[in-house]
Amino acid sequence: MGLALLAVIWLITFVSAYFFIAKTWWLPTGVAAAAARIDHQFAFTYLVMGIVFVLAQCSLGYVVWKYRDRGDASKAVYSHGNTNLEIVWTVLTAILFVGLNLMGSPIWAAERFQPAEEGALPVEVTGMQFAWYFRYTGPDGKFGLTSPKLMDPSSGSEAAIGLDTSDPAAKDDVVTGTMVLPVNRQVDLTLRAVDVIHSFFVPNFRFKQDAVPGLAIHMHFTPNQIGDYEIACAELCGLGHYKMHGVVKVVSQEDFQKWLTAREAEKQ
Amino acid sequence: MATSEIVHAHAAPQGFIRKYIFSLDHKVIGIQYFLLALSAVWVGMVLSLLMRIHMIWPQANLPIFGHIQPETYLSILTMHGTIMVFFVLTTAPQGGFGNYFLPIQIGAPDMAFPVLNMLSFWTTFVAFMIMLAAFFVNGGAPLHGWTGYPPLSAMQSTGPGEGLGADLWITSIAIFCAASLMGALNFITTTLDLRAKGMSMMRMPLTVWSWFITAILGLLAFGVLLSAGILLLMDRNLGTSFYVPLVVVNGQIMGHKGGSPLLWQHLFWFFGHPEVYIAIVPGMGVTSQLLSTFSRKPIFGYKAMVYAMLSIGFLGFMVWGHHMFMSGMNPWSAFAFSILTMCIGVPSAIKTFNWLGTIWHGKVRFYTPMLFAVGFVSLFVSGGLSGPFLAQPTLDIPLHDTAFVVGHFHLIMGVAAIFGIFAATYYWVPKMFGRMMNETLGKIHFWFTFVGTYTIFMPMHYLGMAGQPRRYSQFTEVAYLQHLIPLNRFITYAAIITVSAQVVFVINLFWSMFKGPRASDNPWEATTLEWNTTTPPPHDNFGGHTPVVHNGPYEYGVPGAARDYVMQTDPAVSTSPAH
Repeated sequence: MGLALLAVIWLITFVSAYFFIAKTWWLPTGVAAAAARIDHQFAFTYLVMGIVFVLAQCSLGYVVWKYRDRGDASKAVYSHGNTNLEIVWTVLTAILFVGLNLMGSPIWAAERFQPAEEGALPVEVTGMQFAWYFRYTGPDGKFGLTSPKLMDPSSGSEAAIGLDTSDPAAKDDVVTGTMVLPVNRQVDLTLRAVDVIHSFFVPNFRFKQDAVPGLAIHMHFTPNQIGDYEIACAELCGLGHYKMHGVVKVVSQEDFQKWLTAREAEKQ
Repeated sequence: MATSEIVHAHAAPQGFIRKYIFSLDHKVIGIQYFLLALSAVWVGMVLSLLMRIHMIWPQANLPIFGHIQPETYLSILTMHGTIMVFFVLTTAPQGGFGNYFLPIQIGAPDMAFPVLNMLSFWTTFVAFMIMLAAFFVNGGAPLHGWTGYPPLSAMQSTGPGEGLGADLWITSIAIFCAASLMGALNFITTTLDLRAKGMSMMRMPLTVWSWFITAILGLLAFGVLLSAGILLLMDRNLGTSFYVPLVVVNGQIMGHKGGSPLLWQHLFWFFGHPEVYIAIVPGMGVTSQLLSTFSRKPIFGYKAMVYAMLSIGFLGFMVWGHHMFMSGMNPWSAFAFSILTMCIGVPSAIKTFNWLGTIWHGKVRFYTPMLFAVGFVSLFVSGGLSGPFLAQPTLDIPLHDTAFVVGHFHLIMGVAAIFGIFAATYYWVPKMFGRMMNETLGKIHFWFTFVGTYTIFMPMHYLGMAGQPRRYSQFTEVAYLQHLIPLNRFITYAAIITVSAQVVFVINLFWSMFKGPRASDNPWEATTLEWNTTTPPPHDNFGGHTPVVHNGPYEYGVPGAARDYVMQTDPAVSTSPAH
């Protein structure tokens, strides 16, 4: 039985570790400025935890087999522990865990403590059951007013977020159902939700942030590769949660300008 | 002591109702809790199977259950989580085994407040009935998940199930909180006041320590959830706005103004994180007890084990914010929550090292309860090591609310705690019912469950890394999730096999209860007080006398002793223990 435990625990350990090492399933390709640092921290945590995992499981399998009752009359070793050992592993794990934490902290600080840089592209994201809407300021660089009284989700886009067209600043606002972003320019994101909590999750950008009713949450990120990427809602928001997805199109600076100009022209 | 003797001077009841239904005997109440949890775990487990089946065959037309809609999937998910957390993981280890064995292990004739104990069980029972009723009302059970975040959970119009079903759900939880508060008071008082002569705190079995600490956590945590739940009920029914700001649901302006959805999250997780430890700490106690007993060796570092559990309990109240890194909470506070969370890994690691140290140079006997205790350690390590990923806000960016989290907490607080319950069942059923359980069936059950658990939950980590969000009823709508369907299918197959293997456990349990070979008073050659009385124990636990304790709880392999174990009531061992 001891041998069976050893074999099964080791087998589980090696099979689990294999899929991690082979990266059969892994983080999706990172295409935003922060991805490299986050992935590095992930890979490092994973290496350290992987080593601890293999060592701990293998020791467990080994000791239950090695110290099995062999049926002789001898007694087990009479010991109540070893204070020095306790101190050693307490200090070691404390250094390891707190160290990992300190290593990761600057990345978090860089992503969340600073406001967006000058010249970032302001985009407002609004989540509602079960769609995302994206708003661009238009030439005036300002978001116009919206009003809950004007919200009409059945009419889509501008009406869905309740754009108040009597406000001059709102007249040139562009509202779309697909997010289009220029490559290599920081996005100054404002996140809102009108009904329940949603979460704006773009796996390729290593970006996630809840959108909370009553709050306007400011975030920033910089996409750095042209392509289409998916948005998935990551906070349970009701029966359509699983299909509340969207697309981010990252295009060149020129294509972005062309697209935005065309949208503004449509409004005239 | 004097008062307790007066309280417990009552004679054993004779009538069926006073003996088995409205019983004051902590042993009967313990069995009642155990059976309640056993019923609940079957409901919860069937729900989990329905979820797994729906995820990979969304169009399937199942017998009895019919075709599961996405909203029904979410109701099932909500009820699975709620029933498992409250009525299984909180009820079985503490209400069940704690109730039965805490008084016996400290040499007391009963709990300090027998009537409160009875009330606590029947209140829990009422809560469970109300919870189940949510399935059958108009609109069905709520779909807001076991975490019940408002505004989703605060208004009828946010989805099906958010009507009467949601009110019943909150009411049930509030009543459960009240019941748990009664239980917690009773456990704490009993441990502090009713210990037999010689049973100093540092001679208590680690199981008693674990139930005692769990009770303190419960006392401090459930009151907060109770209050939070009442506020949510008021938001839903009395037009208050504690949690709901001005919102527009499906084009309709709702009547609320100025509330904060984050307030609920703070209150909920202030309860919710200690709740994780309420579920797992009794499992730690049982595992310590069993590893020592079946390795025939004293527990390695008894004091360190006690202090580790105390610090886990203490730190457990200061880490709730790690559930909220992505919530919109001030990002600066993530620093504090993150570092405190990492600190909680330290006592957890101490416990693991000490468990390995206990087996080291022991003489391991592989009875079924020991297998489950070893399984507990393995799962605790696996589930624990994904913790430092999620404790870092940086890594929470890709991992929060994905299947990675689901894999993590199922391994550590779900299945590890369940392994603690299984270990306790195989270990104590002989004492509770006077019959041994079948070893062959027990071992078959262990192997299927142990391997099954890993095949279900380890792949969820891979899914989470690949970005699969949790609580998705199907993976057909989002393009990047489609290549993950085969792995999801594999998990479903593994779940079907593992759940089926649980039938072996139930057959073994009930067959052994009535037909198993008779158990002796001390079948495992263990040292603690429950093995020092008859099997099953008499009404007042020790047949009219109170045991006197001379030894620590884990005196195995004492040099010079006649047997390889010295019971707590035996004359004091000459080699005074190092601790």
